[in-house]
Amino acid sequence: MPARRTSAAAFLVLAVAGAALVGCSKKDDGGKGSADGAAGSVQVTATDSKCDLSKTSFPAGHVELAVANKGSKVTELYVYADGDKIVTERENIGPGTKVTINAEIKAGTYEVACKPGMTGDGIRQKITVTAGSSAPAKADDRLTRAVADYRTYAQEQADATIPVVEQFAAAVTAGDVEKAKSLFAASRVGWERTEPVAESFGDVDPKTDTREDALGEGQSWTGWHRIEKSLWVDGKIGDEEKALAAQLVTDLKDWQKRIPEAEITPTGMANGAKELLDEVSKNKITGEEDRYSHTDLSDFAANVEGARQAYELLKPVAAENEPGLSKTLDAEFEKITGLLGKYRAADGTYTSYDKVTEDERKTFSDAVNSLGEPLSKLAAAVVVK
Amino acid sequence: MDAENEQQAAPAESGGRERQAGLSRRAVIGWAGAGVALGAAAVGTVAAATMSSEDDGAAPQPSPEIPFYGENQSGISTPVQDRLHFAAFDVITDDRDALVRMLKEWTKAAASITGGREVGGGAVGVVPESPPDDTGEALGLPASRLTLTIGFGRTLFDKDGVDRFGLKAKLPEALVDLPKFKGDRLEAGRSGGDLCIQACADDPQVAVHAIRNLARIGMGVVNVRWSQLGFGKTSSTTPDSQTPRNLMGFKDGTHNIAGTDADALAKHVWVAPGDGADWMTGGSYLVARRIRMTIETWDRASLKDQEDTFGRTKIEGAPYGGQKERDAPDLAAMPADSHVRLAHPDSNGGLMILRRGYSFTDGSDGLGRLDAGLFFLAYQRDTRKAFVPLQTKLAANDKLNEYITHVGSAHFACPPGVRKPGEWWGQSLFG
Repeated sequence: MPARRTSAAAFLVLAVAGAALVGCSKKDDGGKGSADGAAGSVQVTATDSKCDLSKTSFPAGHVELAVANKGSKVTELYVYADGDKIVTERENIGPGTKVTINAEIKAGTYEVACKPGMTGDGIRQKITVTAGSSAPAKADDRLTRAVADYRTYAQEQADATIPVVEQFAAAVTAGDVEKAKSLFAASRVGWERTEPVAESFGDVDPKTDTREDALGEGQSWTGWHRIEKSLWVDGKIGDEEKALAAQLVTDLKDWQKRIPEAEITPTGMANGAKELLDEVSKNKITGEEDRYSHTDLSDFAANVEGARQAYELLKPVAAENEPGLSKTLDAEFEKITGLLGKYRAADGTYTSYDKVTEDERKTFSDAVNSLGEPLSKLAAAVVVK
Repeated sequence: MDAENEQQAAPAESGGRERQAGLSRRAVIGWAGAGVALGAAAVGTVAAATMSSEDDGAAPQPSPEIPFYGENQSGISTPVQDRLHFAAFDVITDDRDALVRMLKEWTKAAASITGGREVGGGAVGVVPESPPDDTGEALGLPASRLTLTIGFGRTLFDKDGVDRFGLKAKLPEALVDLPKFKGDRLEAGRSGGDLCIQACADDPQVAVHAIRNLARIGMGVVNVRWSQLGFGKTSSTTPDSQTPRNLMGFKDGTHNIAGTDADALAKHVWVAPGDGADWMTGGSYLVARRIRMTIETWDRASLKDQEDTFGRTKIEGAPYGGQKERDAPDLAAMPADSHVRLAHPDSNGGLMILRRGYSFTDGSDGLGRLDAGLFFLAYQRDTRKAFVPLQTKLAANDKLNEYITHVGSAHFACPPGVRKPGEWWGQSLFG
């Protein structure tokens, strides 16, 4: 997986919005409206050397950042939560231009950064968001529970993944190519089921799940797919691969450890489920994801399982708000699960994707679109009206 | 949401668009523009006020809309627009109710976008966490005379002997499997389909927007089987306008049925009561053929050879025996195998079809040859009595065959028009 910063960032924007998102279900608020009495508008004046805010403390809720770039360089604006987690961002703000950024921000301390020239850590300024009087109406208890259950699920997946990854790494270290190959797909299942959570950390995914063509200039290639290429294309394991296998274990333990701090929200779960299907439709239908091992269907199934888990947890609310949507999603999840079942062997492994014909890939593609499109409407169905 | 859509689907009366519940695309832009102006500076208020008064329709413009509602579907006898996006779909569900639901949704969306309005809740009017109903690439563009025309393929009624939707008894006899014509090299990936939508507009972005949004609405029910973009209409349904040239550089389609010629339309194009399947009364049968031209060999053919192939002069387009394009042709003066002579009504007992084909260029093939030609679209009252005999004759004899190959083919029954809001595409068939 390339480090898809836009979708990871999108996940986070929704995530940090947290319970506050109930405050922004105004039907016509497509990002052009005013702050509507909540936090109000914050004027940000950016130059090549300054990043001035009209106020550094405001109440939680809908915040409008009116950014004016009065410098000579193209700039970017970020709002970071602790640990540089992106709350909202805007790139490519040209010299002399103004943009308005809308975000839902809950109480806490953050840093606002302007990045003239769009590089570096930026010129930073601390802000405090207070629990204001415009605090959102209380969240639906069922959604609060769904979020907690989903976090438990993500944690279970990570906990179950680590031992398999350790076995995979041990096989690599022992130079056992065949055994390593047999564990490759299995080592990825828990990750693939909960990938949006991992992506929300920003730094784990590029280390563990990057494909060769997604590498940036100067970025070294590490993680699953690098080892995959050695196993399937080169058919041999050297010292470098052994070191990479050890690194993969370390990086995934980092992922496992950080799940409790992941920001998870109902809409984030819903859009995360949709993103899992997007993954399938972009990289797995084409066979690009596991291009050396052809284990794409294993990842595909895990993505669907993870999406389904998120959906099932949200379903009590979604089915109440949008019964038709929920019915469609039930049927489409059944259909795609049934389709995948035809390609699963008794031992749980899937048909090698290079043996799947063009016609069969088209059938998969239809099933993914049939599920992905209604799934994109799930987030709206769990927004408390 | 449903109620909103119903309102949006109200007929677009001249000057009445702004009264409707759905914002017109122009109004949305005006609104956004006003917001920007206000945010920029206090003096922006004046600019914003000016903009919105313009948008209130004070100065009526010539309508760029073709009425969606009517006895016959628009996009058949309608004056031919400049651009085409044609798509054939496979129905991927066996659930008849799901198909009907989709046709109703399609109809609402079609009524909106042909009126220059957005699909459903619009391009921005949703909760921020959800993707918008309208994909938005036609925002700010006029309706551009967009027409959307639906057709049903034979496989919708009977697919390998299976009656998936209980429609077999309604299969019109005229919706035949086209015979294999001499020289056909048909590709499955460019042929057939359970449904089709022909989108014609003066702006390609508007036509593409329409197909893209319908395909999206249809996900889970239909899948695009193949599609074709076209440009540079190759025949005219308005007799006083210039006949455009095809990619061979010739004027072809001079003698087409005029969209204003009600008698000819009744005789050759519209299905009449008693013609067969009653649900098709007021409809028409569409044949679509992707005709690849071997451009490179054509370009090295002598001028005489080219003119003999058509039976017309290249510059003027005059038929052999005439001086001007619209002069009556002297068929006997043309080579026996010339295209015009073979296709002319006088050589075919008065037989006519309504053509509204487009040129296409899909880049180049792997050998560096232009992948280009004519996307032939023809409407007729009964394909068995029109396209089939005509093409049988042309396929066997036409000198043009040296330079063209039919690589895609499809046949659709296009039902009558949606007469008023609340009715839907295919109602006469499914209802």
